[in-house]
Amino acid sequence: MEEILKILKDRFDASEPRARRVDLSFITVPADRAVEAVTWMRDHGEFTHLVMISCIDRIEDGVFELIYLLNDPVAYLDIGICVEIGRDDAEMESMHHLWAVVRVYQRELHEMFGIKFPGSPGVDEPMILEGWDDIPPMRRDFDTLEYAERTYYPREGRSTSDPATEMEERSYPLDAGVKLGIKDLARSGYGDKENKTKDRE
Amino acid sequence: MDDRKMKHRSPVPEEELLSPDAFLAPEERGLFCQDRPEPVEPSKVKIVRDFCNWAQANSIFILAFGTGCGAIEMRPLFTARYDISRYGMFPRPTPRMSSLFIIGGYASVKTMKRIVRSYEQMQNPKFVMGLGSCTVNGGMYYDSYNTVKRLDHYIPVDAYVAGCMPRPESLIAGFRRIKKLIMEGKAEGANEYAKNFEWYKRNQRRIIKDWNMPEYNW
Amino acid sequence: MNRELLVLIGKAIASLFLIANYGLILSGVMYKIIARVHGRFGPPVWQPYINLFKLLSMRTAVSHGIMFYLGPIFRITGGVGLYLLIPAVYGSSWLSNFSFSGDIILVLYFIFFGMLGMALGAAESGHPYSAIGVMRGLAQNTASELPFVLAVLALVAQYKTLSITGIVAAQQGGFANWTVFTNPLATIAAMLAFIGMMHRSPFDVHLAPQEIPVGPPTEFHSSYLFMMSFNRAFFGSAKLVLFANLFFGGATSIPELVAKTFLIMLWTVFVGVVFPRYRLEQSVRWLLKVPTLIGLLALALQMF
Repeated sequence: MEEILKILKDRFDASEPRARRVDLSFITVPADRAVEAVTWMRDHGEFTHLVMISCIDRIEDGVFELIYLLNDPVAYLDIGICVEIGRDDAEMESMHHLWAVVRVYQRELHEMFGIKFPGSPGVDEPMILEGWDDIPPMRRDFDTLEYAERTYYPREGRSTSDPATEMEERSYPLDAGVKLGIKDLARSGYGDKENKTKDRE
Repeated sequence: MDDRKMKHRSPVPEEELLSPDAFLAPEERGLFCQDRPEPVEPSKVKIVRDFCNWAQANSIFILAFGTGCGAIEMRPLFTARYDISRYGMFPRPTPRMSSLFIIGGYASVKTMKRIVRSYEQMQNPKFVMGLGSCTVNGGMYYDSYNTVKRLDHYIPVDAYVAGCMPRPESLIAGFRRIKKLIMEGKAEGANEYAKNFEWYKRNQRRIIKDWNMPEYNW
Repeated sequence: MNRELLVLIGKAIASLFLIANYGLILSGVMYKIIARVHGRFGPPVWQPYINLFKLLSMRTAVSHGIMFYLGPIFRITGGVGLYLLIPAVYGSSWLSNFSFSGDIILVLYFIFFGMLGMALGAAESGHPYSAIGVMRGLAQNTASELPFVLAVLALVAQYKTLSITGIVAAQQGGFANWTVFTNPLATIAAMLAFIGMMHRSPFDVHLAPQEIPVGPPTEFHSSYLFMMSFNRAFFGSAKLVLFANLFFGGATSIPELVAKTFLIMLWTVFVGVVFPRYRLEQSVRWLLKVPTLIGLLALALQMF
């Protein structure tokens, strides 16, 4: 693990590794060296299994962070190769030649985040969203609640009730009232009032 | 819960009415029947009508099309524990033969298209049961970009079974409710669909953006 | 002349009425038995009647063309025709139906007739699963027909007659004269083929509703499906009567007929309940192997 991370750092201009566990580390690689790094990991680093490709929308930094999570099935090690790409007109090199399953992940990323993968087969075909005409829904600037309420005819009178508190209030109204009052007092120091009343409703 | 009282189906404005040909490629138009469904009223003779309703209620063919996670609750119904065949209910594999469509939980937009197609292929006395809270008001998917909130805006629903997930016992209660509605002659979903055809089609087209099927799937 | 014809028609209708009700109750009892084996209560015995009324009370029906109409009609013609050619009760004036010398050839043909008509109707519906189902059904029916025909040929050679009434007559006079004792090999071959002919598990892959394609009736609904389900009452009980006649000494009274056909049906039901479903190639291979070889052996023993 240590050697591989060191080699990644030396050869592929990777950042300092961030160890999460003994057997799980993340390391950031520049976008133009990512395919090289992953190919080397697969062919020479024994990391032959692609667990998943994930994406984080870091809207504050203006980047998408793609995570290629690789697994060494013999030594039970995981390394996540993080790649940061610009959020505007996001584009990433395709890796469909490394694992066949990658094309499915890339199709999904294209649909959900709008990341382009030139050359990946069938990447433009709709996967789950047929005929989607808004901005890709998993981007954080897409307001799902607003979209859902605009599109899908919300029903009036919708309320939520947690079974635990509901039964508590029904069976022991006095105890539950006291408990709720203490909670309110404890919380009144922080958190705005609006959110709190919303929670209770 | 019963949504039968809902009577706010406003007439669809002219500009939202679209010709049936608008959505099919020219070479596909000849392949499909473009007729609209017509409401078929039940027999005027009371005894015949009652007999038909009795037969419909005591022999219900369920369309075995699991549209969401709730479909997993339908499997125990056919086993020894909750055996629903004693009520005269049997699973049927094709929409043509079936008369009860159970929407098993959340209906995403992609599934909705298939639901509409299957529903329209069923023959006239047809009943729909919304299963799970997601079909009532969105349930836990109330803020999802992809899940319809009110099923009754897209196809007529005869009975809802609330819960997340409803247990098989709740489903059996729902079946009893549907049976009661059929016996009373109140489960006229197919005729309702034919009468408010424009309204349903407008709602369906609002969410199904890539409409590539005929107006009514005969 | 005219009066005779009317009497003949009346007898046929009475006979058909009897066998239709018997077939419907029989299938109701069968569903009940299967359910009890599964540990369920099962539908009521009169459920097949309700299903028929329900299918009749459907208000709309969609047609796909002329053959689509004719498919179920051919099917029910096959069922009714088959029954009317078999003498149900030996010696009875009205339950002998229209049997004549040489009827066994026509019976063998009529067993297949409905299936072929159904194939045309299902093909007209244009549904790919219908075509697949018909193909699989015909393949399997052909496979189960072969041992049955071999067994029948052995019987024809044994009794030196082509008439079912003649075969039944030769078996009268006690248990020892039944084919099942005089020619056990032919009986075994035919009874094994019988499970396939009745479309019971393990040979029901082309019709099973649990399979993704339900088979030939995929597109049939409402009144079309009514005709096809109604046909099952005729067709199923006609085949039961045929087997009772050929191998179990026929029947001289209605209670005897009921007892014998019910026991023959129990054989298929019990086998079906115990064994899981074969895939098509497995069932065809099995049917062409075990029962066919036994049937050939039975024929060879009669010939030499």
